[in-house]
Order: sequence, then structure tokens, then C-alpha cells
Amino acid sequence: MKLIDKMIQCKINGITVNVEAGSTVLDAAEKAGIHVPTLCHLDLHDVGIVNQNANCRVCMVEDEKRGTLVPSCAEKVTDGMRIQTDSLKAVMARRTSLELLLSNHPQDCLTCVKNLDCELQSLAYEMNIKEIHYHGEKMSHPKDLTSRGITKDTNKCIMCRRCVTMCDEVQTVGVLSPLKRGFDVVVATAFHLDLGQTSCTYCGQCVSVCPTGALAEMNDAPKVWRALNDKQNHVVVQVAPAVRVAVGEMFGYAPGEISTGKVVSGLRRLGFDKVFDTNFAADLTIIEEANELINRIETGGTLPMLTSCCPAWVQFIEAQFPELLSVPSSCKSPQQMMGAVTKSYYADKTGIDPKDIVMVSIMPCVAKKAEAAREEFNRQGLQDVDFVLTTREFSRMLKEAAIDFKKLPEESFDELLGESTGAATIFGTTGGVIEAATRTAYEMVTGKELKDVNFKQMRGLEGIREAQVEVGDVTLRIGIAHELGNARKLLESIRDGKNHFDAIEIMACPGGCIGGGGQPYHHGNTDILKKRQQALYKLDGAMKKRKSHENDMVMKLYEDYLEKPGSPKAHELLHTTYSTKARI
Amino acid sequence: MREKILDRSTLDTALLARLDAYIDSLKGDKQEQLIHVLHKAQELFGHLPHNLQLYVAHALGLSGARVNGVVTFYSFFNEEPVGKYVTSVCMGTACFVKGADKVLERTLNLLGTKKGEMSPDGLFTVKDIRCIGACGLAPVVTINEKVYGKVKVGQIDDILSRYRGEKRAD
Repeated sequence: MKLIDKMIQCKINGITVNVEAGSTVLDAAEKAGIHVPTLCHLDLHDVGIVNQNANCRVCMVEDEKRGTLVPSCAEKVTDGMRIQTDSLKAVMARRTSLELLLSNHPQDCLTCVKNLDCELQSLAYEMNIKEIHYHGEKMSHPKDLTSRGITKDTNKCIMCRRCVTMCDEVQTVGVLSPLKRGFDVVVATAFHLDLGQTSCTYCGQCVSVCPTGALAEMNDAPKVWRALNDKQNHVVVQVAPAVRVAVGEMFGYAPGEISTGKVVSGLRRLGFDKVFDTNFAADLTIIEEANELINRIETGGTLPMLTSCCPAWVQFIEAQFPELLSVPSSCKSPQQMMGAVTKSYYADKTGIDPKDIVMVSIMPCVAKKAEAAREEFNRQGLQDVDFVLTTREFSRMLKEAAIDFKKLPEESFDELLGESTGAATIFGTTGGVIEAATRTAYEMVTGKELKDVNFKQMRGLEGIREAQVEVGDVTLRIGIAHELGNARKLLESIRDGKNHFDAIEIMACPGGCIGGGGQPYHHGNTDILKKRQQALYKLDGAMKKRKSHENDMVMKLYEDYLEKPGSPKAHELLHTTYSTKARI
Repeated sequence: MREKILDRSTLDTALLARLDAYIDSLKGDKQEQLIHVLHKAQELFGHLPHNLQLYVAHALGLSGARVNGVVTFYSFFNEEPVGKYVTSVCMGTACFVKGADKVLERTLNLLGTKKGEMSPDGLFTVKDIRCIGACGLAPVVTINEKVYGKVKVGQIDDILSRYRGEKRAD
């Protein structure tokens, strides 16, 4: 039965609307231009995420013919249906639902991490709630502050289950589930384990969709303030590509605003001694990665080679596919390469004791916090990267320091580790890393100039994409996946021998780092992700140099220090290993 | 402590073999039959410790959280060891109206135990459960498979004493 072809008619508040059969009342209301408040509902069709379980009851409307209330997010339109969204009955039902939710919610908005960015708070304002008429038992659960990336305050949970949908269905990690029943229901890990004891990847997508402050990133700002205020320290910061096209949203700019220069000057005002560009390390990553790929192809090594820039993805493969640990590239991520190079090459060049260097990164990502803490990234007692702040935490620090972002001047990154190419810029979007690698691999293999650097077939927001590129006599077969559920599908097809690729790029978050768990909240608007993505390609297109191997500072690093790609020194500083993690 | 609970190598291998055989015998989508598998596991092991839940999760390709969610949803499943006689007091609406809360309180007092915990003699575990669909007999108490209807607070001592005569099997 092809329901989709049939159009049916209904009336919303007296307005006639024609919708496809199978549409919800909420869809129809939207078509009629009528706003119905929602809370648990989350529909991100563009990136394949739909949470539609009708459990918050905040979107109740009245079905006039039946005289009953229905949840508009889940109720399907029937032919001739008459819906009233603003009848007293409907309004009171919505208000009651919200008041009941609020009656079991800590009223500590002033100090909550989500203050002014909370969907529950917005709804309370929108529905003009001035008093909560229900008083009774409240949830009382301990906070989980044990993991290296995510904090969980269950008392703020409203059981919308967006995080469960995200973790279980979209990412297929399955760390969270509703446990127990009735009033005792709690969204938790298996056996109430600490997040750090589970196979959580710290992708932070649960944080991205949580409507309240129940899930948040670990707040590392206090540690960074302390480091900045210690005179002994030489505090160096790096900024990931996806941050510069999103941070403006925190200060009232439209999505896709490019604020690279303001980010740099803002960081200087916060007191960082040097402001380096993670893009420098992204170019470095490409040189190492392209070299590794060519090596693997020429020597009959393991293929496909998988990119290893995304730490959530690395956590995922270590727990879910331990039999495939030989496929990811041994390259560290740009964040870690930057840390390693700063505490070796930069320290050497400047004569600063690496022990005095504090490396901070500004990342669109929550998993980068956990990545920075990994044992593999400790050399001589020093972590490559000391502290990681998300885009949101960075913005909050600027606000805290009373820095007016809009008035900040445009400034440039510091010398030595500040130059980058267009190839590095697109690291922030799905498809970007592999496109950047292809640009360099092409010239490395053929020795010829690549005239058109735009590999459009690798771009887009499709969950799984494939591309073939002629590189001299070889056809490179390329796979791209974003979101871990898509990565799982791609990996299973490789493991089962159904699909063959030479190189695969995987990013855990929707759209790649532009949709990272540490980015400004998109509140269900995926157009924001598209705008950020367009901004990155715009930045790339505007660059004079668009191939990583044209980065002069990177080339100088090889000349002065690393010798050549894949050298023993490069291996010591820029490569890593993987190990099996428990799957819980 | 938790490490130990999650370690699947401490589970009885002979019982696991029987559980595996049961899972193998299932037709169709095995993930859909999680509840059957959990029934079997509890029948074999007596209760469903965390490591056994993880074992089931891995065997069926489900997440530990999902399995734990199902186990904690149904009062039939026990995460902790239970007494020889599982005594369930129905707290459904009809039973509650007919004084099930007093029946529960009296039962716990007589056995000197708490809800969900094994009695000191190891014989009984008392649980409050949702409606079992025998509302006509409210209030209802079940002890293992045996159903007691229209239970009065004064009868509870007598009912329990029928079971107290026996010693624990192990």
C-alpha cells in the first residue's frame, strides 16, 4: 500500500490543509502556519534522526469530532479531521503536562549549564507558567561526573528519550536506556554504571539533543582559567576548523558566519600566549595519512585505510569492531599532532621547557576531551593536550570575561604553527578529510599538478557516500560515512567482504564536526548544519593554497625536525596504536 | 566490585551451554525474543545477575542497557538472588483498594525482611507487583505458582507457615 501518494484533507483551527496520508497533526499544523509547542519530539529528517514517542504530552491538541485530546506529534491525520490547537481544553492539557514535568524538575535555572539555552525553560516562558500547582516527590539521583567528557544529572531528565534514540538508533552505541517503570523510570546506563565504565564514545550527540541540562559536557573552563593565571605557564591554544563557522551563533550571528579573526583576537584577550591553528596540524595529518595510504597500497598493506581523526569513531571501533583494529590509520588526530608538535618542535625552537607549556584546544567536540586524556598520548609524563574546551565552553569564557565578540578585531594566527590551506579547513565537514587527502595523494602519486581540487562527489550530507578517483594508473575507491550507525553499516559490509574500498573517512556526528557534540545547540534546525558546511567550503574556495603539501610551515617542520613523512621521528610524535575496549 | 559483577567468565558454563542451546533453538528474529531468553536464563540461574544480562545482550547482539531496561521493567525478573518462595503481593488498583498495602506490610513484618530482599532464613523474597489480572480475587498474593485470593491480613501467618516447615533446598 503506497500511502504516501494519497493526499487527504483536514482542518486545523478552521484552516483547510491538504497533507500526504501518513502525516502527523503536527506536520499539518506546520503547513497551516500554526505553531504547536513540542518538547520530546525531535525530527531531523536531513540527518536521519526522528524521536517521536509522544511521551511528554506537551503537544496535546483537541480532535473536535471525537472530542478527545491527541498528541499532535504522533497522531496521524485522517481524512476530514478537525483539530483545534488553541481550545481551552487543549491549552489547559498542555499546561498541565508541562507543570507536571516542572514539578519534578530542580528549579535551579540560574546556575544551570543550560540557562537561556533550555527547551524546558523556553516552554515555561512560552506557556506563561507563573506558578506550579503540583507538589510532590521529586527524583533524587546522584550526578555522574566520572567520565572524561559527559556529565549526567538525572534529576534534570524529563524522559523525552531523545538521547536514547540518538545513542541507540542513530549511533548504535546503545549506552543509554530507560530502566525500571512508573515513577522510578530513569534513563540510565546498564546497571547504573558510570558512563566511563561503558562503551560510550563521548560523541556528545546525546548532549546535542538533550532539551534540558540533564546531559552536558564536562566543564573544563575553571582549569583553563587557573592555567591562564599561573605566570609560570606558557599557555598555547589551538582552534579546530568547525569552531570558526559556528561560534558566531553564540553571539547573535547568523549560522555560517565565518569568525576566524575574532576567535583569534578573543583568545588573545583571554590571555593565551600563542594562538595556533588546528588546521596546521590538519595539513600535517594529511601528509602523514596520504603517505601511509600510498604505502599501504604499494606494499600490499591492510586496505581499506580508515581515517582516525574522529575520537568518537576511534572509541567506537575499539569497542564494537575489535577484529578491525588494523584498518584505521595509525595517524594521531590533528588535535593530538598539534599538541605533540607544540611540546617538541615548538618548545625546541623557542627554548621553552615543554613542562611549562599548557596546551589547550577549542573543539566542536566532546570526545576530544576523552581523546586528550588517553594514555597513548602521554610522552615523558606530559599529555600532548592538557585541556579541551568545546565551542560552547569557549563562548562562555568570552562572556565571562565580558569580551564583546562583535567588537573584536580580526587577527591572524601566530607564526610557526599557524599557517593552513583550504584542504585543512574542510576537515570540519563530512567528506572533507578524504577530499583533502585525495588532493595530496594525487600529486604525491602522479607527480603532476591537480588542476581541479574540487571533488564534488565526496561532498554532501548523505549518510553513506562512495566515490572513485583516478590517481595515475590507480582507481582509488573511497567510502564516506557520518554518524556511527552509518559507519557500522559500512564496516559490516567490509568485514563481510561485500564492499571494497581503499580509503574510508568516518565522522561520528551528523554532518561531521560542524554538527559536533560541543557546537552551539541547533535545537532541531538542520539548516544550521548546512550553513556551517557551506561556510567551510567557502573558506576553502577562497584560499590561495588548497593542498596540504603546499603549507610552507608544515614543509619547514619536516625540513627542520621530522625529516620526511613516516620517518621514525614522525612515528614517535604523530602516530599511535589502538586497543580493544569493553563493549557494554 | 563492579568489575567482578560484569565478568562473564564466572558464570556456570554448564548452565550457559543450556542457555546457548535454547537461544540456538529459537526461530526467527532472536532479538525480538529477548523476554523468552531472559525467562529461560532466570529459570536456569535462579536470578539475572549483571554479568548474565551482559551475556544475553552479547548473545543476541543487543546493548547491555536495553537488556537491563527490560529486566528492570518487569517485576517477574530478579536481578538479585531470591528465596525459595517468591511471594508476590499484587498492588494493582483492585487489590490496592482491598487493602493490599496492609497485606504487604504484614507479610514483610512477619518475615522480618524488606521489599525485594531475601528473608533472613533464605526462604522468602517478597515483591509488590503490578496487576496480575485476577481482580475478582482481590487482594491477591501468589507464592511461586500458587495463587491465594481474598487474602485477609489475619490469614497471612497461616499461609506462610505452610512453607516455613521446609528447609532450603541448597
